[in-house]
Amino acid sequence: MIEPVADILSAVLLIPVIAAALLALVPNYRLGAGLNVAATFLTLLAALSLFVGARPAPGAYLFVDDLNVVFIALNNFVGFTTSVFSATYIGHELKIGRVTARHLRFYHAMYQVLLFAMNLALIANNIGLMWVAVELATLTTVIMVGLYRTHEALEAAWKYFILGSVGIALALFGTILVYVAAQPVIGEGADSMVWTTLVAHAAAFDPALLNVAFVFLLLGYGTKVGLAPLHAWLPDAHAEGPTPISAVLSGLLLNVALYAVLRFKILMAANAAAVAPGPLMVTMGLASALFASFMLYRRRDIKRMFAYSSIEHMGIITFAFGMGGPLANFAGLLHMTMHSLTKSGIFFTVGHIAQVKGTQRIADIGGLTETHPWLGWGLVLGVIAIAGLPPLGIFTSEFLIVTSTFNRAPLLAILLAAALLIAFGALLLRLNGLAFGAPRGNSAPAEASYIPMFVHLALVLAAGFYLPGALVAWFQHVARLLG
Amino acid sequence: MPHLAFDTAHLLAGGLVLVSFVLLYQDRLYSLLNIYALHAGVLAASVAWQAEIQNAPHLYVTAAIALGFKAIVIPVALRRIVVRLGIHREIESVVSTGLTMLGGMALVALSMVVMLKAAAEANPLAREDLSFALAVVLLGLLMMVTRRNAVSQVVGFMSVENGLVLAATGARGMPLVVEISVAFSILIAFIVIGIFLFRIRERFDTVDVQALDRFRGEQR
Repeated sequence: MIEPVADILSAVLLIPVIAAALLALVPNYRLGAGLNVAATFLTLLAALSLFVGARPAPGAYLFVDDLNVVFIALNNFVGFTTSVFSATYIGHELKIGRVTARHLRFYHAMYQVLLFAMNLALIANNIGLMWVAVELATLTTVIMVGLYRTHEALEAAWKYFILGSVGIALALFGTILVYVAAQPVIGEGADSMVWTTLVAHAAAFDPALLNVAFVFLLLGYGTKVGLAPLHAWLPDAHAEGPTPISAVLSGLLLNVALYAVLRFKILMAANAAAVAPGPLMVTMGLASALFASFMLYRRRDIKRMFAYSSIEHMGIITFAFGMGGPLANFAGLLHMTMHSLTKSGIFFTVGHIAQVKGTQRIADIGGLTETHPWLGWGLVLGVIAIAGLPPLGIFTSEFLIVTSTFNRAPLLAILLAAALLIAFGALLLRLNGLAFGAPRGNSAPAEASYIPMFVHLALVLAAGFYLPGALVAWFQHVARLLG
Repeated sequence: MPHLAFDTAHLLAGGLVLVSFVLLYQDRLYSLLNIYALHAGVLAASVAWQAEIQNAPHLYVTAAIALGFKAIVIPVALRRIVVRLGIHREIESVVSTGLTMLGGMALVALSMVVMLKAAAEANPLAREDLSFALAVVLLGLLMMVTRRNAVSQVVGFMSVENGLVLAATGARGMPLVVEISVAFSILIAFIVIGIFLFRIRERFDTVDVQALDRFRGEQR
């Protein structure tokens, strides 16, 4: 007898795999794009149905709990909207000859493999399996970043590859150390890598080994989160790859890597003698946020600019989880959700803008609200949201993070607020040139799919005014789990 | 017998660190690839010995991958790439051998201090293995940052990976070791294909025939 929920759990993995195999065989790009949308929609339904019904007991390889279900739902929602955006976007790229139909077949198949890898990383109950899934996700995105085969794209893919490999190598060393710490307590074999078993026995582990392991895991998975000083791959990969991939990278893959860090943070917290993981995360998060906010001023490429903004926000989220406690964790979760929605929404807009303007150079883009009102105002709304202005959702979460930090560590809160303000200034400065004033540069009529981007922005706007009680209760519950 | 088991494992793991040092100061790509093949060979011997003393037959698979794929296939493939690209005569300016070696020694000392202290409770074989493995990993990373050439960066990465396999096999009864070494081999194969495309592009500007067609069309 197979439990119904276990079926859903495997559906979240199986649908992308089957879709990837199918898409690799479909030569027609319209059919491929349609299938891609249909498959991501089905996966989204499967992911959402994980919320209802009883959960199966954690298995040796897969499990679902209150923490990862949030990530899975967000992952598949953004995966679905991005596939809708991608259908229009990639059609245009095909028309102007940047990609060929064969590339697209490959692209669609890889898109599904990426979703599979991310879902697997999220529901893996085995730290080795989680590592393999993150590696697979890295590989697929590397290939997709290099899709355009231009010199810059290949260089970006290479840089991402090398830095990503260093990151996953460090993470594997950390994973091995966790096993070595667990093995005397739990015994040899697969049980010593099962996360639920590890947490249950963590109190008896050797704290010194756990400490060293966490440093490696934080540096390793932190590379994939885009935390300074190992963030160098991120702007290039975002700028040179196809825009749907930038949206998925910023909105999802960074979260998946952060999720891995959080799992190990919970493990560390379960051992009283181990060093507190918080301060390390706070330091790395704060450094990333400050660094990225200064770097925002010197950007000339529009996608690169928003990539730096992603580093900043991942820094803020890591900071919030590092501070810990129910309120900061709640704010971190909320900020993560809002950032995913906003940033992928911005990338949808920016993708279309780059297409109508035929360039990504900020200097060649201007007066968008006049020439392309929908895209222009979409961008305005998105940038206002990401800069953290009041009525939108990111304001709520940033406000919560800063105020809760003020209570506990005023000095850190001042530094964080400084990073936020500096980034705010840079973003509004650039927005002014991009959206207002006299139109600059080429101006082709837009063939855009506005629905995904406005759905994302509307959700962020709505969250700024009203958060449903059920969602708040769920996040509060998860925040307590995170400790 | 336990003494022999321990000493041999120790010798092989220590040998891997030594070969890592030798890798650090190679300035010709051919000799770099030869030394890397030796590195993978020592790893294969070490893994096979662990399989023997731990009674873990599945580790022989990992040893076979190390010997067949990493010590033979990859160096040969890289050698052919180097010849095809005509960079086999290039001499690489390593940052200054003396400084790199000093840095390497500092890293080895660091990994001994960290791991011997952190793993004081673990069984002695795993402890020694882990500290040697960390040294190999750090030396590989040092090599990656001091080199500019894509081929030697890849060799650096592969030596990092050898260190990880050493750590994984030293941890008694660790599951998924074979799977992880297979996953790593796939990754490396991808990297090697990657360099090939990347370097060829740098030389001849493109490998994409269709891009050439488009270019011609524009000129007309």
